[in-house]
Amino acid sequence: MTQEQVLEIKNNPNYQKLVNTRSKFAWTLTIVILVVYYAFILFIAFSPETLGAKVNPDAMMTVGIPVGIAIIIFAFALTGIYVKRANSEFDGLLANLKDDIEKGMK
Amino acid sequence: MLSRFLSLFIIAGLAIAMAAGADLGAGTKAEELNVPAIVMFLLFVAGTLGITYWASKRTKSAKDFYTAGGGITGTQNGTAIAGDYMSAASFLGITGMVYLKGYDGLIFSIGFLVGWPVILFMISEQLRNLGKYTFADVTAYRLKQKQVRILAALGSIAVVILYLIAQMVGAGKLIEILFGLDYEIAVVLVGALMIAYVAFGGMLATTWVQIIKAVLLLVGTTFMSIMVMSEVGFSFDVLFTKATEIHSKGIEIMSPGGLVSDPISAISLGIALMFGTAGLPHILMRFFTVADAKEARKSVFVATGLIGYFYILTFIMGFGAIVLVLGDPAGSYLAADGVTLKGMNNMAAVWLAHAVGGDYFLGFISAVAFATILAVVSGLTLAGASAISHDLYANAFATGKVDEKKEMNVSKMATVGIGIAAIFFGIAFEEQNIAFVVALAFTIAASANFPVLFMSIFWKKLTTRGAVIGGYIGLVSALVLVILGPVVWTSILGNAEAIVPYKFPAVFSVPLAFIAIWFFSITDKSDDAQRCIDEFDAQDIRCQTGIGADGAVDH
Repeated sequence: MTQEQVLEIKNNPNYQKLVNTRSKFAWTLTIVILVVYYAFILFIAFSPETLGAKVNPDAMMTVGIPVGIAIIIFAFALTGIYVKRANSEFDGLLANLKDDIEKGMK
Repeated sequence: MLSRFLSLFIIAGLAIAMAAGADLGAGTKAEELNVPAIVMFLLFVAGTLGITYWASKRTKSAKDFYTAGGGITGTQNGTAIAGDYMSAASFLGITGMVYLKGYDGLIFSIGFLVGWPVILFMISEQLRNLGKYTFADVTAYRLKQKQVRILAALGSIAVVILYLIAQMVGAGKLIEILFGLDYEIAVVLVGALMIAYVAFGGMLATTWVQIIKAVLLLVGTTFMSIMVMSEVGFSFDVLFTKATEIHSKGIEIMSPGGLVSDPISAISLGIALMFGTAGLPHILMRFFTVADAKEARKSVFVATGLIGYFYILTFIMGFGAIVLVLGDPAGSYLAADGVTLKGMNNMAAVWLAHAVGGDYFLGFISAVAFATILAVVSGLTLAGASAISHDLYANAFATGKVDEKKEMNVSKMATVGIGIAAIFFGIAFEEQNIAFVVALAFTIAASANFPVLFMSIFWKKLTTRGAVIGGYIGLVSALVLVILGPVVWTSILGNAEAIVPYKFPAVFSVPLAFIAIWFFSITDKSDDAQRCIDEFDAQDIRCQTGIGADGAVDH
């Protein structure tokens, strides 16, 4: 890739939109999963009795079990959300960018 | 080539038959010979050697060998990644932990899982767009090849060897109990089979062995979980009530216990598990087997779903084992002391298989456990061999001027070398406490491999000096902190109190590596540093778009 091509792609609006929206989205989701996970860890460290409380007086199930299972499902759901948006929106922008580059070369 | 396979297969069969004969003669020396397990295992070996033969005909170029020609689909790759992650350690270890400690087992599962979304958002597509065969292709993209490759290869080989030791020792012990084979024979058998898979079948065989095993494991564990739930009328409350009545810890198994006692340990464990996963060479390598970034992201989606599902099953199986194995009226699964399980407490999942499905299902699960070990060690061996042939030989020392054929031969020799080393270490470490090796492998992956990889993708001002010094600081600090920690310093060296009270010291070594990378990069005023910075934009465009990426599919 020559320096001119690099500059040209960097200044392409489709490229800028792709990079900006995708990195913002990726970082947001990363922060979300980190916050959820470390909140869970801090509960375990500082307040295990919260997770050990029964969901209702007659049940044996404790709060921690549905919470734990929910985190597993949530992590999977986040990957699904990312893949869905990447497959439609981000890949669409990428296709536009590749079109622009091809036109530029003609 | 076919005759070589056949003779290997016959040797394997003979080894089992001989060991069986020896055991029958010796009477009560080992566990009883498990005939259904051996039959099913031989079927698996026959099938996978058939696949290896098929794969060997399709493995011609270096690209075929390292990445299966890039023709693996996202779903297949995701299943293989899940297979790499569902090692015998997680199948037996996590079920065993739930069986022993209840809720704490779930905490570990969650820590192992949450790294995957982060890998998807930050690493997977970037790797696919920038790399070719190993993750060092990415870290060395714009830095000086030689130094960065050597660092990455050392980090990879260290992780691979440590992980292999853990798997080999675990395999030997497990096979001794399940199949009634001698420990040494079991270790040699595992080593010989993995050399055959990798050396002849390369990544294609390794991937398919992993996929088959992952499917077998998921089918088996699903069946066990359904049987457990049907035993309690599909009511979790009944399952938990029965479990708390039987378990000696009673109601305590329903809430977080002593596993994660203080915040620093908890966070450190989280960092090691999360970022360690993103630095495991045998996992990272799988992203090069798919055609493009789109398939790479699909891989992670599939892998996360399968791994998450599997962890939920291990939780059900652990509680099921409390009710059906520990609570077995005849006490037939307990050792002579009436408290621990026959074999070891890690055997909860295996005895549960017997409790819900009798001898034949026990045989099936035993064979699957053996297959799991084989598949995981094969992936590790391939990653280690690639680090030696592609990073050290072809790029660091021969500076890219070797032909493919030579590089492939070196990687096959490296495969044999690593296999023999693994057999040797497996036998040498038989009586050793190997709990530390997994902690060390994850800590090195998180502290030496991950920071350099992450910074090389995202940070423009990274220079060769920063990456190399920071990487070595991460590697050495991980090593030193684990040695001074509770597993080595206290348990193995017998000192009274650990100097570093954390089993996974990643909370210190990972930031240290990042700070060192940052500091030694920004103070680097050499010409090469400026070149590294100048070349970032072109790298970033390829990373973001895949334009110019080596199309993994053959045209």
